[in-house]
Formats: sequence, C-alpha cells, structure tokens
Amino acid sequence: MLTSAPIHTLLIANRGEIARRIIRTCRAMAISPVVVFSDADEDAPFVREADDAVRLPGSTAAETYLRGDLVVAAALRLGADAVHPGYGFLSENAAFAQSVLDAGLLWVGPPPSAIAAMGSKIEAKRLVRAHGVPVAPDNTVESLDQVGLPALVKASAGGGGRGMRIVRAAQDLTEAIASAEREALAAFGDGTVFVERYVESARHVEVQIFADLRGNVVALGERDCTLQRRHQKVLEEAPSPAVDPDLRRRMFDAAVAAAAAVGYVGAGTVEFLLDRDGQFSFLEMNTRLQVEHPVTEMVTGLDLVDLQLRVTQGEPLPLSLLGDSLFDGIESRGHAIEVRLCTEDPYRSYLPSSGTFHSVEFPPMAGVRLDSAIETGSIVSPFYDSMVAKVIAHGATRSEAARRLKVALERADICGPTTNRELLIDLLDRLLDIDDEVDTGWLDRQNLGEGPQPTPLQIAAGALAVVRHATAASPFPIAWRNNPSQIHTQAVGDHVVGYRFDRFDRLAELEVEGEPIELDGPTRDALGRLDTRVVESGDTVSVFVQHGRVAFDVPPRFESPDDAGRAGSTVAPMPGKVVRLLVQAGDVVAAGQPLLTIEAMKMEHQVVAPAAGTVAEVFVEAGQQLDGGQPLVKVDPL
Amino acid sequence: MAPLPDRILESGAAYQTNRDALLRQLTAHDEQLALVNQGGGAKYIERHRSRGKMLVRERIEALLDPGSPFLELSPLAAYGSQFPVGAGSVAGIGIVEGVECMITGSDPTMRGGASNPYTLKKNLRTNEIIRENRLPTISLTESGGADLPTQSEIFIPGGRGFRDITNASAAGIPQISLVFGNSTAGGAYVPGMSDYVVMIKERSKVFLGGPPLVKMATGEDSDDESLGGAEMHARISGLADYFALDELDAIRLGRQIVKRLNHRKLGPPPRGEARPPRLDPEQLLGIPSADPKVPFDPRDVIARVVDDSDFDEFKPLYGTSLVTGWAELHGYPIGILANHRGVLFSEESEKAAQFIQLANQIDTPLLFLQNTTGYMVGKEFEQRGIIKDGAKMINAVSNSRVPHLTLNMAASYGAGNYGMCGRAYGPRFLFAWPNAKSAVMGPAQLAGVMSIVARQSAESMGKPFDEEADANLRQLVEEQIERESLAMFMSGKVYDDGIIDPRDTRTVLGMCLRVIHNQPIEGTRGYGVFRM
Repeated sequence: MLTSAPIHTLLIANRGEIARRIIRTCRAMAISPVVVFSDADEDAPFVREADDAVRLPGSTAAETYLRGDLVVAAALRLGADAVHPGYGFLSENAAFAQSVLDAGLLWVGPPPSAIAAMGSKIEAKRLVRAHGVPVAPDNTVESLDQVGLPALVKASAGGGGRGMRIVRAAQDLTEAIASAEREALAAFGDGTVFVERYVESARHVEVQIFADLRGNVVALGERDCTLQRRHQKVLEEAPSPAVDPDLRRRMFDAAVAAAAAVGYVGAGTVEFLLDRDGQFSFLEMNTRLQVEHPVTEMVTGLDLVDLQLRVTQGEPLPLSLLGDSLFDGIESRGHAIEVRLCTEDPYRSYLPSSGTFHSVEFPPMAGVRLDSAIETGSIVSPFYDSMVAKVIAHGATRSEAARRLKVALERADICGPTTNRELLIDLLDRLLDIDDEVDTGWLDRQNLGEGPQPTPLQIAAGALAVVRHATAASPFPIAWRNNPSQIHTQAVGDHVVGYRFDRFDRLAELEVEGEPIELDGPTRDALGRLDTRVVESGDTVSVFVQHGRVAFDVPPRFESPDDAGRAGSTVAPMPGKVVRLLVQAGDVVAAGQPLLTIEAMKMEHQVVAPAAGTVAEVFVEAGQQLDGGQPLVKVDPL
Repeated sequence: MAPLPDRILESGAAYQTNRDALLRQLTAHDEQLALVNQGGGAKYIERHRSRGKMLVRERIEALLDPGSPFLELSPLAAYGSQFPVGAGSVAGIGIVEGVECMITGSDPTMRGGASNPYTLKKNLRTNEIIRENRLPTISLTESGGADLPTQSEIFIPGGRGFRDITNASAAGIPQISLVFGNSTAGGAYVPGMSDYVVMIKERSKVFLGGPPLVKMATGEDSDDESLGGAEMHARISGLADYFALDELDAIRLGRQIVKRLNHRKLGPPPRGEARPPRLDPEQLLGIPSADPKVPFDPRDVIARVVDDSDFDEFKPLYGTSLVTGWAELHGYPIGILANHRGVLFSEESEKAAQFIQLANQIDTPLLFLQNTTGYMVGKEFEQRGIIKDGAKMINAVSNSRVPHLTLNMAASYGAGNYGMCGRAYGPRFLFAWPNAKSAVMGPAQLAGVMSIVARQSAESMGKPFDEEADANLRQLVEEQIERESLAMFMSGKVYDDGIIDPRDTRTVLGMCLRVIHNQPIEGTRGYGVFRM
C-alpha cells in the first residue's frame, strides 16, 4: 500500500454531481477523468464532460453502478490507473475496493480492511469503543434488551438514511427489520441490519478526518447535519453552531482515534450524535467522501478530492494541515452552509418527481458554489437518488452564509420537475431562529402544510404567459374582438384568470378567481417583472413563474368525455343471440372486462364494460334472442 | 421600400376636432353594440341561464382557440328597423383549431331566436361570405323558427338558406351543426343539410312536427324525445353523428371535428412577416375630417394600416385625386386604391382601370379606400368623355377576378360608390368607419336638385312656385337623406359587413386577407394591360 504511483487516468465509479465534481479536480490536476454510465444517464452532463466513458447496460443501480465486476472491467478497458468511487454505490464495498486493487489499479479510499471494519456498523462500534470513543448502546436484531425504546433499526452497510426505521413499540420491531432489510438490500446489496438506541433530540455532528499513508491522521473540521428528513440530510453547515472549542477538541480527538483504530487512509467522516447536554456518541464512520464535503472545503479552502488523489499517489498530507493550526483557525474562517436540491415535493410527503429540466441557471454570486448533476435540458430519471444539485454558500458569519444561500436559491432559474427549493428557502430563512428546537427529527415533526401558495399576481402572470404563448405566432391582438362581450378566461392549475387585452395588446382588464385586480402602475410593473416560461410537451402545457418558483399545469379546456355516460357498448351492437352471460347484478367490473358474448352471423361479439363500476342491472339472459340496440347490461361507473 | 412620412400633428386643432367627432360616433356605435350584447334583456338572459344554457356569445367564446381573434359581422343588422338591433343572430369569423371558420348562431334570448327579414338578410350575406371564401361553417343551432307576423317576407326567400348549406357542402366547404336546442320544422333542415351534426343529450330537439302536430296529422301519441331527441337521433335515425353530454361537450366535439377537416388554404401563404406599421394607428381617429367637405390624404391612413408603413405608389403624379400603390398587410401583398380629393376625373378613372388590370395580372388582392363624392360633372368633363372613362373604371372593377376589400373611410356618393367597389360590385368584405356616409348624392345637392326640377316644372306649367313649401320640403328631404346615408343606417340594412373602429382597420383587413386566401388568388386574363 505504501507503493504508489502518479495517477494519469482516473475512473470515476459514480454519476451525477459527484462525478462532475471529481472531474473538475481531475482537470485542475491534469488527470484524465473517465466514467461508466447507465442507459438512463446516456445524455447526462458528467458523461459528456469525461474524456471517455463505458456504457453499463441497463438503468437500475443493481444492473449498473453496483456491478463492481463491470466497473473494474471498464476501468481496465479505459486504461485507468485508479478508481474513485464517489459516495454511495460501491464506495464502501470492501470487496469492490479489493477487486480494484487486485486488478492492479489504485483505490482512492482507505484499505479494504478499514472499509470492512467500519462497514459492519456492529463491528465498528465495538472497535471504536475499545479505543475510547463514546458509543451508544446497541444490539443485534434478535433482542432489544440492551437498547431499549425507542430504537433505531439500521442497515449495517448503509448510509444516507436508507434502510433505517425508528421503532417506538416492541411489536413493530419485526416489520421494521423486514422492511429495513428489503431497502438495504436494494440500496446497498447487503440486507444486514442492527438495532441501536435511538437518541431523541440529538444533533448530528460529524468530523471530517484525513489520513495519509504515513500514519498522519488529522481532523479538518466538523459539520452539522442536523436538519434531516427521514434520516436524509437536507442542510449541512460548518462549523456546527452547537460545538464550542472544548467540545470540538474532544470530538476531533475521538474522530482521529476512531480512524487510527482501523489504520485509515484518505478522506473519512466520523459521525456523532450530540445530545442537548453536550454528550456525544459515535454513530458510524463513513469511509469515503461525504455528500456534504463542500462545506468543509469552503471553510478550509481545501480541495478534498485533490487531497484524496494526492494521498492515493503516496504523497503525505501537507504540513499546514498537521498540528493545531487548522483547529485554531476554525472560528475565523467563516461559515459555510449546503442545501441539497432534490426532485421531490416536501408538501406532498416528499413525492419524488422526474422529467426534463427546461432550465437550470444559477446567476453567479460571490461566495456561492454549485455542485450540480443537472443543467438546462437534463432529464431526471426515476432510477437514482432524488438529489440533483448541492448549493453551498460561504459567509463571514453564519447569517451571511444563510442569506447568500437563500438569495442564490431565490434567484436561480429552475424550471422542471418539482423540487424542494421552497422548503430550503424557508429553512434558510428561519435557520438562526430554530437552533433551540432543532434535532435530527425536527423537520419530520413539522407540519409543512401545502407549502407556499401562489399570489394572485403569480397566478395572473402564469395565465397571461399561457395566453401569450398560444398566440405568439398570431399577427392579431390577443383575443381581439370588434364587439367585446365578455372577459376571456385562462385556467392555470386550479386557478382561473379573467383577462382582456386592448386592440394594441395592452392588458386592459384582469381578474384572478373572479376578483378584479386594479391595473395601476405598480401592479403592471410587478406583473411585468414576473418572468415566465411556458413549456409544451405532448398534450400537456406547463407554465413556470418567477424562475420556476411557482409552477402550474394548464388543465385541458374541456373535460375528457365520460365514456361511461354514453353507455354505448351496453346495448346490442346488432341482432343476435346471447351465448354467454359473464356477469350478474352486483358484480364489480373493470373497464373493458367482457360482460357477455353475442352470436350473430356466425361470429361471436364480446360486449365489454364501458367503464369500471358495478353491474347495476342485467336486462337479458343466456340464450335470449336480441334486437339490435337492445339494452344489455347497465354498469354504474365508480 | 418607401416608408410613408409622419405628417400628423396631434396638437393641431383639426386633429383634435376630428378625433372628438369620431369618438362621439364610436360611442354611439358602442351603445348599439351594448344593446346587441344584452340580447333579449336581463329577464330572458336569466331564464336562458336558469335552464343551464350558455349565451350564444359564451358558446362562441368557448369554441374559439384561446386568445384568438373573432370578427363579428353585421352586428348592427336591423338597426333603424322595427326589429331589435342585431337581428337576433350572431355571425362572425373565428379561429377554431387553427382554422378560420364562419361561426353562426341565433340568440335565443331575443324573441326566442326567431328569424325576421333582417335575420334572413344577414344569414344570406353570411352564406355568401362562406361560399366566396371557402369558410368551414359551425352553426350553433337553436332556432325559434320564423317571426310569424313577417313570415311572408321570410318563408319563400328563406328556403335559400338550406340550399346554401348543401351547395357549400358540394363546393367542399364543410358544414357543421351543433344543435343546442330546438331546431324543428324547417329548422330541422339546418342539421339535416349539414355534413356533421352534434346533438346534446336531453337538449337538442330536431323534428319536422312536434307532438301536437303529429297528433293532429296522424292521431299518433308521441313525445319530444322519441320524435327528435339527441339520443334517438344518435342511436336510431342517425341524423346525429355525435352525441354530446352537455353544451361544453358539444363544443369539444365541434372543435374535434374541425381539427380533422384537413383544411388547406388554396391561396398562397403570407409573403412576408407581419411587421406593424411604423406610425401609430391610434392617430387614425384624428385623420378623417369632422367636416365631410374637407378632404384628407389617404396616405396618412395607409401609413397607419400597412406593414412597416411601407407603400410604393403607382403613378403618383397622374390623376392625383386617386392614390394607387402596393403594400403588404399581415404579410399579404395588396394593391390599394384610395380617394384623395373626393372627385374622380377622367385621369383618375383611367389610372384606376389600369391599376386594377395590373393587380389582376399579378394575382394581387385589391383594397378600396373610399372617400368619394363621385365622378366629375360639367360641360367640359362630359365633353371630354367622363362617362366613357368612368365606365372603364367600373368595367375594370366589375370584371376584376382578384378579391376586393372595401372600406368606406368617409364618403361614398354617386357612381363613385360603384367605381370604388361598393356593395353591388361584390367586394369580398366591405366595412365602414363610423363617420362614413353613402348615398346617391349629398343631401343638400339632392334636395337642391329636387327643388330646381320642381321650380322648372312649375314654370313650364305656368304655375306659381311656393317658395315656403319648397324650403320646408328641401329641409325634410335633406334630413331624410342625411339620416339614411349614415353608417349605422347602412349597416342596419346589411349594406356593409359592419362598422369598425378605425384603429381596428389593420386587424380587420388582416383577418379578411387571411380568409380570402382560402381561395386561389387569380386575376382575370385575356388582354394585356391596357395603357391609359
């Protein structure tokens, strides 16, 4: 392991924003980045930005990014001399790390033995406890004896909140374990789970450590990742607002001890739970780069991927990182906050969304960094994690960082699938006021309601944009009438907007939900400043207002016909005989389900249910001779 | 490329006077439109709505493409008559699924939507527009039948309406009938003759004879639904091709039908993009003189109507009382003939005849901007052959085969009305500004002529001439002619296709140009262009 060599070509065994982020550092270091990609990622930016790429057929993670054998084969084919696993996927798979090394490639990460030691969370806790690191009581899945309630079922190989379940009543344990096992197996390829005491009201604070091949282990700083939804981090910051220098010193020491216990090399993160009394306990160690590493980079000025690659090449950690200089400077290097932009709707149980991003534009801002998987035109598939970008802001103070980040999100032009942007803006707005109440379960306890509701002007802007879009190619004034008799209407979402333009295409009348809006100067200005984007795809039209902060689908002008109401197919299509009667009154039928068969002119004709519903009445019997048009079966639609 | 200059002084006294006068006339016009839109009044509108029915204009709005224009034709039909203004029906050109269609419907709140002689006049003119311009037709059918007191004026000529439907069908112009309510007896032949028929569940009622008539005729007991309900016609008689659940569903089906018409324009597409005029169309209000005796330069109008204010004048130094030239409007090439100083002399007549021939040679539609007091009279002009020269112009107009559009900007008197393509000369569309007047001659001249003739007659018979009676008669005649020459009076008689706000001129003409290009644009052939 001490024998290393310069890296010329690096295979990134990952996708999305982290692949792009590693490519950036490769460029800075004049290393050639190459990647593997799934069918779903064929057009993804990271594939285009890499120097070379190998397709992994299929789209699910299990078919592609989790196939260590295919990844190693791709690395060899692409002439890579090292493999960077990113986070997730195979990043904490010791067998994969070993297969990389066995193939004669460098592994950007700790030795497989360290991954294995920390990968089994059960073993890891035993090990670090032995090195004096505080840990929470835990147990294997058979029993809750030493753990007590509430308990947390966790995937031993897991991370990122997947394969985790909180158990508050003993009888729920079995189901929690079963479902956690299923999820863990799907996500990590390993269904092993364990149970530990669930610490209520705790903050999540983690320490970034770095170790080189010479045995130097340093702590680069802590991150506070307490704002989580369903165990997935939402907002991360450095330094932690809950950590003072004394506590920081003790956590750093514990983190370094934990890393040293397994002979760690490279970037790693030791996660702790910090309770309200300032007591912290070891949660797990992530033997890879973390999603939230940029906040540490922004306060330290370091490039952690650069450090990873240098350490892999056998270089020692720079002297500047050794000793206490880093620790002593933490308070003076300002504050960084990261939020995770995800394609999900926090106001509808985090319902995931997918589709095309019609625009992704972040106006450049001082102190703001964007690590994005997507760009304008990107298509988000449903196969992978919902996180599509990280936005990170640095400021002299925590409040400055929060403000910058909030403004960056507000100004960003993001039109496409629903994202959690509004929730992130809301959290950033309140960040400094909620410190006293926040713990890792805080967000899940909040009643998020239906989210921000569009203002009348936003609704109006959306509707008017739809009208303008529909008439863009017309040389006529919008909805011109030589005999105006009524206001015109355009629906967006659940809203109806009334409008009238004058003969010179100036807005002359406006109503939102039937309420007239006075078109004075300031109102016209405000309306004019709301940017809009109308997107047509197939039969659906959507409109985005204010850089995508508000989105509406345009409902069809006419209700689709209620076919059941026509009852067309429940009369005999022609004269004939009922040869088979397949339903009776009271039967529940699906749309298209055969109801009976008629024989006519030596042909059998099936009469099917016009809609899903209940058979209300059967007017005929088997063997009966029918006239054309004779009623057969009445189906009451559901 | 010859952009016309901006010569309008908004601060000028004439501009303000003209504008004020025109705005007053527009207000009077708008008051009549408001009456039309009120239909049969609040009580009948309420009753109609209480039956779950949409008003006819609401049906039209729902039928049109969102944000698209709608040009209502002859909205003031029957103005000045014993019948309610509007003639109880709506007709207009709108865009449905991207296709310009003629949309017609009766207003059931106005005397039950019954037809009177003006309804018929409007209907027949509508059918003419459909036929000449290949406009697919959507009839929002709900008829109260004939206005019985005037049935004698309707019954015989009214049969033409049904013939028009099937003639249009035969000419490849699809006819669609959305039956919103009663369409019985003769009215049954509207869906009967149409190509596509949509009926609405429990609403449409289409039969030749209702239950009482059937009882009287054959003794059979029956009911509305079995005689002519939508369900019956959709399932049994086959008169209905589509069965709609409600009014909006019928409109949805109507749009669906148009979408599948495979409609193609036979004329060429616009040649250029529709660049707006450089000069402000709002100023059109201040251009026509408040005093009809004061001429105005039609170039100032053209500059506010045509694309990019770009007008290439033909023969600008010859026959200067008539302006001729080429322009584009909404990208369509047009030739324009516009009266300048009212009178048409021999030179103007020949210039017009030549220009009309040129337009026919190059298949370009013509726009006539009328402001004429007629052909010049007097010994000198008669001797120089003003009749022959005027005849050349009328000949050219009459036998021209390119589509004509006519706008009366101010005055259309005497044979000038003919030469400048008045109604009888078959322009595809004819509109008037609210200040426009049309008559055989000016009221004062007409009254004066009558007085002179009466005086001569008295003298020749050796009778004394009653000066006082003559003065009274002159005044009466003058007033009558003045009243009967006004735009709203003409529009009431359906002698035009509507009065338009001058500021809408470009939009209206653009719409008409689009519509006339449904047909091939082909000028008359035979001789080379006669140089005159």
